[in-house]
Order: sequence, then C-alpha cells, then structure tokens
Amino acid sequence: MVELSRKDHAVTHHKSVEISDPAMETLNVTIKYGESIAVNSCSLKFQKNRVTAIIGPSGCGKSTLIRSLNRMNDFIDDFSLTGQVMFAGEDIYNRKADPVEIRRRIGMVFQKPNPFPKSIYKNIIWGPQINGFKGNPDELVEESLINAGLWDEVKDRLNGSAMALSGGQQQRLCIARAIAMKPEIILMDEPASALDPKSTARIEDLIEELRQNYTIVIVTHNMQQAARISDYTAFLYNGDLVEFGVTKHIFTNPDRKETEDYITGRFG
Amino acid sequence: MTERSVVTDNKQAHIKEKVISGLLSLSALISVVTTVGIIILLLSESVSFFKEVSIIKFLFGTRWEPLLEPKSFGVLPLLSGTMLIVVGSAIIAIPMGLLTAIYLSQYASDRVRTFLKPILEILAGIPTIVYGYFALTFISPILKQVFPSTHIFNALSASIVVGIMILPMVASLCDDAIRAVPNTLKQGGYALGATPFEVITQVIIPGAFSGIMASFILAVSRAFGETMAVTLAAGATPNLTVNPLESIQTMTAYIVQVSLGDTPAGGIEYQTIFAVGALLFFVTLTMNVIANRVMHHFREVYE
Repeated sequence: MVELSRKDHAVTHHKSVEISDPAMETLNVTIKYGESIAVNSCSLKFQKNRVTAIIGPSGCGKSTLIRSLNRMNDFIDDFSLTGQVMFAGEDIYNRKADPVEIRRRIGMVFQKPNPFPKSIYKNIIWGPQINGFKGNPDELVEESLINAGLWDEVKDRLNGSAMALSGGQQQRLCIARAIAMKPEIILMDEPASALDPKSTARIEDLIEELRQNYTIVIVTHNMQQAARISDYTAFLYNGDLVEFGVTKHIFTNPDRKETEDYITGRFG
Repeated sequence: MTERSVVTDNKQAHIKEKVISGLLSLSALISVVTTVGIIILLLSESVSFFKEVSIIKFLFGTRWEPLLEPKSFGVLPLLSGTMLIVVGSAIIAIPMGLLTAIYLSQYASDRVRTFLKPILEILAGIPTIVYGYFALTFISPILKQVFPSTHIFNALSASIVVGIMILPMVASLCDDAIRAVPNTLKQGGYALGATPFEVITQVIIPGAFSGIMASFILAVSRAFGETMAVTLAAGATPNLTVNPLESIQTMTAYIVQVSLGDTPAGGIEYQTIFAVGALLFFVTLTMNVIANRVMHHFREVYE
C-alpha cells in the first residue's frame, strides 16, 4: 500500500518554477532512520534571498529534511542519507565536509526557543566568539538584537538572564543569536509553533525583513503562515516531494490533487 | 435499572483505608524514630564526655591519646587522617567520575553504554572490606616499590581504593545531571558552529553545574564516613601529618578500634567514640544538606 502510494507521488517540479540562483540544493536526497524511509528521493532548490516554506502533515519528513540541510541529524544514531546536498559548490555530506563549518554558515532556529541559561548578551556573542570573532562585541550584540526586533525590549537588561524573557522574546533572541553569526542561510523548524498569535505575527514580520539579507527555509504546519511569508512552497507528503512551486501558485492553483486536498484542509 | 446513590455507608471500606494509611505512616515513622534515637544517643553520651573535656581542647588539640596516660583528647590527628583520605579519594574520584560521565553521556555509543554502566554498578556493589584487602595486599606493595618509605598501612593506598569506591557514585550522579540538560540546548550550541568539545565544556557542563557540584559533595561526604577499607588499609596510628605514605587513623577507624577493643563501657575512654561519632555525623549531615540545596537549585534552572 505504502509502496503504491510512493509511485503515485512521483516527484513533480512545477513547470513554472525556475530557481535561477539557488543558495542550496538537494539532489535525490533519501533519508532513512534504520530501515524506514523518512524522505524519499527529494530534489529541491532554495532560491537565494527568498523564503522557501516546506509544508505537509505531521510525520511527512519535513523536519527531517530541514535538519539534514545543516547536518543536525548527525546526532541521530541510525540516520543515513543518500543523494547530495549542495551548498557553496560542495556536497555537505562529502566525507571531507566539516559539519562545524557548515553550521557556522547555515544557522538554525528551532521549534522550541532554546536560549542558553546565560545572559542575553552572552547568548548573542557566544557563537561568534567561539568562532574567532574579532570585531566589537557590543556593536554586534546591538546590531543583531536590532535586526531581530528585540533591542528596544532588552537594551536595559543585556546582562539579565535570557531565561527571564517571554517565549516570544526568547525565540527572537534565538533568531538574533543565529544572525549574529552572519550565516548565508537560516533554517527555521516551525519557529512559531510554540508561540501565541501576537508573538507569531512578530516572528512573521521579522522573517519578511530578514529575507532581504538571508536565504530562509522554514518548515511550518501552518498553511496560512506559509502562504503569508514564503515565496516558494514545497509540499511533502509521506516522505515524497509532491509539489514545489511559487507559493501563490501552490495555494491558488496546485497541479496535484493531494496538494489541493491538503491546503484546503481535507486531510492533515 | 436502578440508579446507585453516591452516598454510601460502607464502614468496612472506610476502616480498611484507615488501617492502610496507619500502616504506611508507621513505616515512615520508623526511620524518623531511628534518626532521632541516634541523635539523642550521640548527643547525650557526647554531653557527658564534654563535661570532662572542653570542646576547645577536643576540636583543636593536636594529640589523640585517650587510651594512654597522660590522656589527651585532641581530635585533630583523627581529623587530619580523615581529611587525607577525603582529599586523596576526591582527587581520584572527581576528575575520573566527571570524565566518565561525559564519556558515557556524550561520546559512548549505546552498545558501549549498556556494557559500561553495569560494570560501574558492580564497582559500587563490591563490599568495602574487599576494597580494604585490595589496598593492603595489592596497592600498598606497589606503592612500597615506588616509594620505599611507604608504611605497610598508609593513607595513600586507602585513599586510592576509597576513590575507586566513590567513583561510580560521582559518575552516575554527574551522568544524571548532564542528561538533565535539555537536548535542545545542545543542538542550539551545535547550530552555532560549536565543536563537540565547546558544546560540552561551555553549554552542557555549565548547564549541569549544580548537579555536578552536588555529586562531588555527596561523594566527599561518603568518603568522610567510609570505614572498613580505611580501618584495614590506613592503619591505627593517630598521626597529625600530611604525608600520605605514613600510617594514620581516621575517625571511623578509631571508633571501630574502641568498639572492638576491651575498653570498658561507661568510662571517658569509651565516651570518646560518641564525641567522635557526633562530629562525624555533624560533618556528613552538613555536607548532605548543602548537596541537597545545590541540587534543588539546579532543578529550578530549566523550569
């Protein structure tokens, strides 16, 4: 049954999509946990300075896929990946590739805010410092917090604990921490799913601003969110990339019936 | 179908509940009564001891010769003997225990872990008297070859085995503390381009710091009260020294010596063991309370 539906969902790129300048690209990426396939032969391009949303029902492999883009799945014992993930002209799964260097250049924001139990200031400066940052730390902290839209709320308590911030503030701190590294790509794994609607709106505004300087890949189970903030959308179902295209097109006139069923809420 | 009333008058069930709750509180009470009994015994015997010997002379006297004339009741030689064991064993157990915990929690594969953990537990389950033999018949002869001035009974070999003895405790408590650091924090560290070493030293260990400290204090407190191995291996010579190659006597070993000897009960010589016991109890209790406080603080961090 599963096998049947896999064939059924053979990868289809939307004909109208042309990714002229990809910051990153997956080529026939298949991800397994032990024997079970989480992502099946997925080929995707992420356009530079644009927001690409990955949507799909729970368990469709979207989190697995985004975590494979900066090798955050390396810590899972029975994880294996075949295919290529191309970044800066190299396959990041090449045996010689350095995961530490990859993660310096491809930042990540997680589902649940995870600030370090240190001060706000230290949260921002820690990453750059362990990676040999030589500039003015005060300036970097200020700039990162301004860009994450958090500066006005925390400028008087930079030495206060990050744990004392609200959930929404903590998540913006995590975004500030990620952009302090000046990454080329920011991966966001359901960054607003643990937040209230108001904090969610702030994160969405922030993504809108960040796309001018960063390539963003965001996983979300919130289709309205994907429609609002992304330029391109990939729909994953059962480990297969069912459809990939310009967001407006995917949401108004999808090629595949499964996509239409999902975005109109018939399943998921 | 008739409806059952929610108002019942089931006396039997009521009595049964009462009996059960009574039995349960009784068993809880036993440990409380025992503790209180021990404290009262220690204190009352100590009080009659301190009627004859001033606390100052006891705590700061440098000669411990309660069984010889002229009698002298300065506990410092016993305390220094105990401290030699405590410091020596801590030097061994704390770094090794922490490193073992880091290895187990961060580097070891599941297979290595399932193999290593039971071995650590076996180490913790070896009777302490066996450690004493091991020190006396295996470690001391080796030490004597390395340092010819080593006494047959010496503080160093006892410290080494006490260190090995408390190592599993340090390793297992540190392992728990490290595992309590949320995985999301670790991933946050890696996602910022940190190396595994940076994540361990700068994210995980600070995150588990209070738990790690608590494990150290508990282990030291255990070494402080350790008896059989030191009685066997460290000697029976109250000796105010910092040289671990000499024979010493710990507070616990002294209590064993007097309890087993022909010291008549009731005399001042006999009462010394209660004074020493009270001091021992006070120190370990203080350390356990501190460890609990530290541990409690550490639980609050991520909530």
